[in-house]
Amino acid sequence: MPTRDSGVPVLAARSLCLERGGRELFRELSFTICAGQLWQIEGANGAGKTSLLRILCGLSRYGFTGQVERFAPLLYLGHQSALKALLTPRENLAFHVSGEGCYGDEQIESALARVGLYGYEDVASHTLSAGQHRRVNLARLLLSDATLWLLDEPFTAIDKAGVDELQALLASHVAGGGAVVMTSHQALDVSCDVRYLNLGTGLAA
Amino acid sequence: MTPPGAVQFCIRLLRRQLLLAVRRPLEIGNPLLFFAMVVALFPLGLGPTPETLAGFAPGVLWITALLSNLLTSDAVFRSDFEDGSLEQLLLAPQPLFMSVLAYIGAHWLTTGLLLAAVSPVFALMLNLPAQAIVALVASLLIGTALLSLIGGIGAALTVGLKRGGMLISLLILPLYMPVLIFGSAAVQAAVGGFPVGPYLAILGAMLCLAIALAPLAMAAGLRISIDA
Repeated sequence: MPTRDSGVPVLAARSLCLERGGRELFRELSFTICAGQLWQIEGANGAGKTSLLRILCGLSRYGFTGQVERFAPLLYLGHQSALKALLTPRENLAFHVSGEGCYGDEQIESALARVGLYGYEDVASHTLSAGQHRRVNLARLLLSDATLWLLDEPFTAIDKAGVDELQALLASHVAGGGAVVMTSHQALDVSCDVRYLNLGTGLAA
Repeated sequence: MTPPGAVQFCIRLLRRQLLLAVRRPLEIGNPLLFFAMVVALFPLGLGPTPETLAGFAPGVLWITALLSNLLTSDAVFRSDFEDGSLEQLLLAPQPLFMSVLAYIGAHWLTTGLLLAAVSPVFALMLNLPAQAIVALVASLLIGTALLSLIGGIGAALTVGLKRGGMLISLLILPLYMPVLIFGSAAVQAAVGGFPVGPYLAILGAMLCLAIALAPLAMAAGLRISIDA
């Protein structure tokens, strides 16, 4: 993983306001995410966590006010796995539509082995379980060298050992100068500082 | 690792779409089978006299090809929308203009190209004069590419809807009409012994225009569909 400078802003949001169905989810939300930071977005169901992530990554372009500036390449993992059931995990990663680099076979194999899918490289993805689908997606985190990771509920359907590994991975990404913004209802147990953004109460240190 | 350039990424998408199509051979076969079935209906409806059939053949073949293209255009982006791949595609650093062209290219290779390739068989079934077969294949090759591009616009706009199938027909059938007019006119001209070139040139010009403009509309349609 390339080393990056900590403290460099990778994403800045200015006075974001979002209304859905006549209800104000958040207003005047301003923050700057810098390299070397791990942010957890909290909030009850329907608080607008996913909507906020979609605004941050640029999928939502209308329906909100405020500005988002992105200064670094980002990787977004949403609720859906974005895996093709007809392709094998290897093909899914090699032909991925997110437009990242072309990975070699060894890179893909080692990434899949690290997420516990050794031996599953060439089976059709529709035979894999939901948790294994999520794990193929996590292999993308290992392959990618995007600075900013935007993860929507990354722990869903992942077993306990997998959650620990993922938390270690997040910590090492942050330590290496990356930045992570994630939503989760789970309390994080990581070796680095976590900044909380509670959509109910606003910013908390 | 730097992201691949637009052209390289296009080739990757094209390979992905073709691989997906090959894994579902039924979806490639369906439009061809539909083409065969509908063409087989006409002798039953119009009467089997070879002269009657030959008179209708250019129009019948073109309308049938158009309908079987319409059947498949709904599916261009649907599965990618449902499994979240489309979100990832929209976030890719490469221009969406080129990416959607790759999708349409793959769609044309698995529908239009094959339809044009098998059309001589059905032309013989309808007693189309032999001198018009080259014109039929040529006009279908250009015309189906145009239909795929136009269909892609409808697919991009309706991909977010649960049952977009009917709506997509209403949206894009009016845009199909010019293609049908010049496509079947080319075949008719060949039947009558007139030069086919001008019609094919007009189809080619429309194709150039569609390649330049349709991806813009598709990209905008996809962004709206994902945002909704």
